[in-house]
Amino acid sequence: MTQWSGYFGLILQGALVTIELTLMGSVLALIMAFLAGLGRLSRFFAIRALATAYIEFFRGTSIFVQLFWAYFVLPFIGISLTPLQAGVLALGLNVGAYGAEVVRGAIQSIGREQYEACIAVNLGRWQAMRHVILPQALLVMLPTFGNNAIELLKATAVVSLISLTDLTFQAQVVRSQTGNTLVPFTTILVIYFALALIISWGVRSLERRMARGLDGVRV
Amino acid sequence: MEWDWNFVWEIMPTLIEGVKITILATLLGSVLAAIVGLAIALARRSPNKGLSRSIGFLAEFIRGTPLLVQLYFIFYVLPDIGILLPPLVAGVIGLGLHYGTYTAEVYRAGIDNVPRGQWEAAKACNLNARQTWTHIIMPQAIPPMIPALANYFIAMFKETPLLSAITVLELMNQAKSVANTYYRYVEPMTLVGAFFLVISLFSVVLLRWLERRYGRIER
Repeated sequence: MTQWSGYFGLILQGALVTIELTLMGSVLALIMAFLAGLGRLSRFFAIRALATAYIEFFRGTSIFVQLFWAYFVLPFIGISLTPLQAGVLALGLNVGAYGAEVVRGAIQSIGREQYEACIAVNLGRWQAMRHVILPQALLVMLPTFGNNAIELLKATAVVSLISLTDLTFQAQVVRSQTGNTLVPFTTILVIYFALALIISWGVRSLERRMARGLDGVRV
Repeated sequence: MEWDWNFVWEIMPTLIEGVKITILATLLGSVLAAIVGLAIALARRSPNKGLSRSIGFLAEFIRGTPLLVQLYFIFYVLPDIGILLPPLVAGVIGLGLHYGTYTAEVYRAGIDNVPRGQWEAAKACNLNARQTWTHIIMPQAIPPMIPALANYFIAMFKETPLLSAITVLELMNQAKSVANTYYRYVEPMTLVGAFFLVISLFSVVLLRWLERRYGRIER
């Protein structure tokens, strides 16, 4: 009988790497989502064009290709990244592009009268965004952001292919050392699912919390 | 490192071979996903609570875990219980099952969008369950779903590079083998990205046309 305890430790280490990647990737994705999402609504053509190009490029090619490009091609033009950096960069930029459309859609879903009210009380563009539009738009974005975070968690599995020791990588190690396939893969599938449940639970409770005091503002 | 056009033309035939497999996998995967999604959507509507709950949970589980790990599972675990699949078949099953859980939601929304009166009218005309589905509900439910389904098929297309991890010789794998042979990563990886971008941009045009032709369902 195989000594499972040692292998279980290995899987746990992998889980930590996966969680780390998910968190860092989500932070980068969130930043990019707001930058590009607001950029698409900018008054200036150049900023709009830049944001659109970023979004279309990262949504048009797959995360897998972007990751390999970041890891294998960038060194040739003088930028060497560790697997972790390449992973966070590719995941964050990719999911950020999807998030940007969510930001744009949510801001545009806020009714015209809200903007008119802002003008009526003499708020500047930035003030209106910060105090009136974004607080309402955030609530619209949250559920989709939750889904995007789960997509990001699932995409982290790909980094195992650039030799980052995440859950999937460790499962492959366990497979090659024990010859057992069912146990390691089932274990990590369950762990991924548990992480996904935690994310969706977290987003739901955050949503409830933010909806407080905004009763009747939207659906 | 310089960009070498001669090298590009030299590797092009190999990459084209890969593109063919990529497209084949996407087409077969899409057909499977369309069927699996319908089966899941129908099973979830079943009056048998045990069936609808267990299928619902299974779909939720598949949607919450990475496609890459599912591919490993199909490719490594199934042979242990005596089911030996060629890599491409394993890949298509993985794609079809994974995206089937997404298309199931599209079917659900589409079916829910058929007005209640249609069900009642079918009953009033004394149609049985099979006739109601094939002559009344499905013909009205499916056209508005088409753009949303196509959207998932495009997403699936972008996930096909994952099949390279289970040794399917699709575009990504061909590019990797070329890159490893000549130790030049810039051209193959960039070309893979370009292929995906071009095909994705075309498919976006197709999607817009489908949306105009069939309208879109509100989800």
